[in-house]
Amino acid sequence: MKRYYRVVLQTLDRGIQKRTSRRAADKRWRKDSRFKAYLDSLEIQLMAPCEVLPYLHMDEHYELRINSPDLPGAALLTSQSVWGILRGMETFTQLLWLDETGTALKVNSSAIMDFPRYPHRGLLLDTSRHFFPLPAILQMLDAMEANKMNVFHWHIVDDNSFPYESAAFPQLSKKGAYNPRTHVYTRIQIRLVIEYARLRGIRVLPEFDSPGHTQSWGLGLPGLLTPCYSGSKPDGTYGPVDPIQETSYKFLQKFLAEAVELFPEKYIHLGGDEVDFDCWASNSDILRFMESHNITGDFSKLEEIYIQRLVNTASNLSASSLVWQEVFDNGVILPQDTVVHIWKGDMQKELAKVTAEGHPALVSQCWYLDHLESGGDWHKFYRCDPDNFNGTEAQKRLVMGGEACMWSEFVDASNLSPRVWPRAAAAAERLWSTVEVDFDEVDRRMEEHVCRLNRRGIRAQPANGPGYCPYIFY
Amino acid sequence: MLVVVCTSLLLLLAVCSGARYRAPSPGPWVIPTVGEPWPKPQQLVNYEGYVVVRPTVFTFEVTREDCDLIQEAMKRYYRVVLQTLDRGIQKRTSRRAADKRWRKDSRFKAYLDSLEIQLMAPCEVLPYLHMDEHYELRINSPDLPGAALLTSQSVWGILRGMETFTQLLWLDETGTALKVNSSAIMDFPRYPHRGLLLDTSRHFFPLPAILQMLDAMEANKMNVFHWHIVDDNSFPYESAAFPQLSKKGAYNPRTHVYTRIQIRLVIEYARLRGIRVLPEFDSPGHTQSWGLGLPGLLTPCYSGSKPDGTYGPVDPIQETSYKFLQKFLAEAVELFPEKYIHLGGDEVDFDCWASNSDILRFMESHNITGDFSKLEEIYIQRLVNTASNLSASSLVWQEVFDNGVILPQDTVVHIWKGDMQKELAKLPMQK
Repeated sequence: MKRYYRVVLQTLDRGIQKRTSRRAADKRWRKDSRFKAYLDSLEIQLMAPCEVLPYLHMDEHYELRINSPDLPGAALLTSQSVWGILRGMETFTQLLWLDETGTALKVNSSAIMDFPRYPHRGLLLDTSRHFFPLPAILQMLDAMEANKMNVFHWHIVDDNSFPYESAAFPQLSKKGAYNPRTHVYTRIQIRLVIEYARLRGIRVLPEFDSPGHTQSWGLGLPGLLTPCYSGSKPDGTYGPVDPIQETSYKFLQKFLAEAVELFPEKYIHLGGDEVDFDCWASNSDILRFMESHNITGDFSKLEEIYIQRLVNTASNLSASSLVWQEVFDNGVILPQDTVVHIWKGDMQKELAKVTAEGHPALVSQCWYLDHLESGGDWHKFYRCDPDNFNGTEAQKRLVMGGEACMWSEFVDASNLSPRVWPRAAAAAERLWSTVEVDFDEVDRRMEEHVCRLNRRGIRAQPANGPGYCPYIFY
Repeated sequence: MLVVVCTSLLLLLAVCSGARYRAPSPGPWVIPTVGEPWPKPQQLVNYEGYVVVRPTVFTFEVTREDCDLIQEAMKRYYRVVLQTLDRGIQKRTSRRAADKRWRKDSRFKAYLDSLEIQLMAPCEVLPYLHMDEHYELRINSPDLPGAALLTSQSVWGILRGMETFTQLLWLDETGTALKVNSSAIMDFPRYPHRGLLLDTSRHFFPLPAILQMLDAMEANKMNVFHWHIVDDNSFPYESAAFPQLSKKGAYNPRTHVYTRIQIRLVIEYARLRGIRVLPEFDSPGHTQSWGLGLPGLLTPCYSGSKPDGTYGPVDPIQETSYKFLQKFLAEAVELFPEKYIHLGGDEVDFDCWASNSDILRFMESHNITGDFSKLEEIYIQRLVNTASNLSASSLVWQEVFDNGVILPQDTVVHIWKGDMQKELAKLPMQK
């Protein structure tokens, strides 16, 4: 309520008001026959007890009526779930519009019944390639709320830096962070992000990507990564997590246990993408291991051994797992409820294959925010439909939704917001709404939405070419 | 004007297929330098050791010529010195004397308590093409131990030198010292015109955004703000002589306009930074928004024998067009102190002219039937003459030259498309 009251005030924009006359004559809408009443309150009716934490498949239905025939001069937001109430409050504030005289905040008489098409509507943020100070992350959560996105996929560590402060393994960030004093996320800060997200009905889904994408882990834990060989000697570089050392699995057990305890979210993303087999192939210990396990020459099988132990560790901690698609593509046998995250290749074929095996699926392949196109690309994002593949109804139901991915090789706090918005908003609507692609209509709503985001202090870049917002923001 | 946006195809490849894939390694892809200026000075010699700047003690000392430009720069750059210290970082590092280990470092030569600013000739007031931007900067050099000297024959060189000086400052890893390497720099620009064009018509930019760009230009020693202030989509330039232009042509004439006062503010803000403000009033094309406030200015396009409701470039056969341009440009030349004015002339679409029978009749009576470049030439030549008569020098986009328009020799041709090398090579041959 506090948050949305502020949004209501912002929409009024006293800046504009000062520039228009305050004369009563300008309040000509008072004599307008379409002016029906002053709306002095929005009644919020939650029909069942609140829940505490957001989760996959939480109920996000709501109904909103404003000066409808059965409810003249009043407004009512009703839902069976607190998450629906949050979504409805967001919609309500988006219905407000400042009329041209700047003297009235209007809402059209309307009745809305709404719910999301997909339960998982996420934004991935990579905080390893570049560190994002907390305000930047919190602002992304505000922006997600304005777009009804409900999963913050925190790709917190990767090759380049390890900003995650682990209490069990403090050396990981001490040696792996860009700067262990200034470029880390402490447990307190992580809890702040989780709480900030929770208040907005957003799940914080952590990803600890392995066995690849772990270069920075090796700085704090020598012996964790596979030493690569040049001939018979180590060449000083390292590859993926060493899958033949028990120490690796002991570490993972302890590390994941800590993560599962810190993040209240049931799901955990284990990564598994882009595992480079070259280093493994150069290492004679690895090759010997593979021989003794009858998997000579088949590195996917070695990967499978690792991933299966990883996924089991997660299950034993009562966590559900997500993995990137390579794990599935490489033939790794996974528990059926493991979610496969599709990010490359032929999306439709991949969706068909993954769901044919009974796995839930997530789509990101068409929503990579780090892929830029001259002249804008949100139309492309908008057109992408996770339902568009050959499969049975049961298969289609296994698609949980998708995520827009902000990989940050070339993004930091200086350009994060306009890079993400409004392009991610296109994905957000595709995941929530049941809409046809009609750009005549969508272009215009997107134009308003960009101004709306900027109005709320969330920097969003122009979507449709030359134009302007009815107020100045800087 | 085509908007050319850098397409990150490499990025696409890098993430998807690894074409620009770097073998994974921990840490940053590129380790930054420390205390190295951008742009690179023409000559820089490093000597042994460094000096330490203490912001609470450090000052700029003006020992010869002085003026408001230098005084304002001193305030500005003092702030930059303070920012480089970054108390935020300082708080996180220990304040213990032990951390100031550099005091025992043999490379620590002295505290640098001031930078002497020596302007050898009187200040100038306004920046201009070919202004002198040479400077010499010495910091704890053998001939100047424990001291620093910035010297120049021109106030513009002093500004450039102060910028370089602040770029040489670097915070050491303990966060307790602002260091400057002992060095001697001799610097000057390769080219006199180093500009940033900003299009404030397709989208309106509030003043703070523009002023920040001027700050950024200063940090990059760029010295021309090419203000592409109006174009097809909106007309945010408030003309006192023709108020209807912005009243009808701005996106919102109350909120999305640049008043004369604001324009003067930009010009002054730029002047203090040694930046020329070069206005562009692009015509005869790129003028759609002009027609909203001045019906009759633009060529009516025809469908058959009837006007079809759309408009093309400025109507080149109406004397009213030239009367307007004379008055409009006179006002602009008076408002912008810069000697040069950019007249545009790009992407003139001949189709509308070709559809209009009045235009065709005019062309016939002037013996230029079928050759619209010649019609364009008539317009541009009158435009350029108007500018010259107002004592302004002109720039034009390359189409004007490419279309064979005869121009005064000192007209600057602005190359933006095609084969740049061929285009550059063509110019001298015409002379």
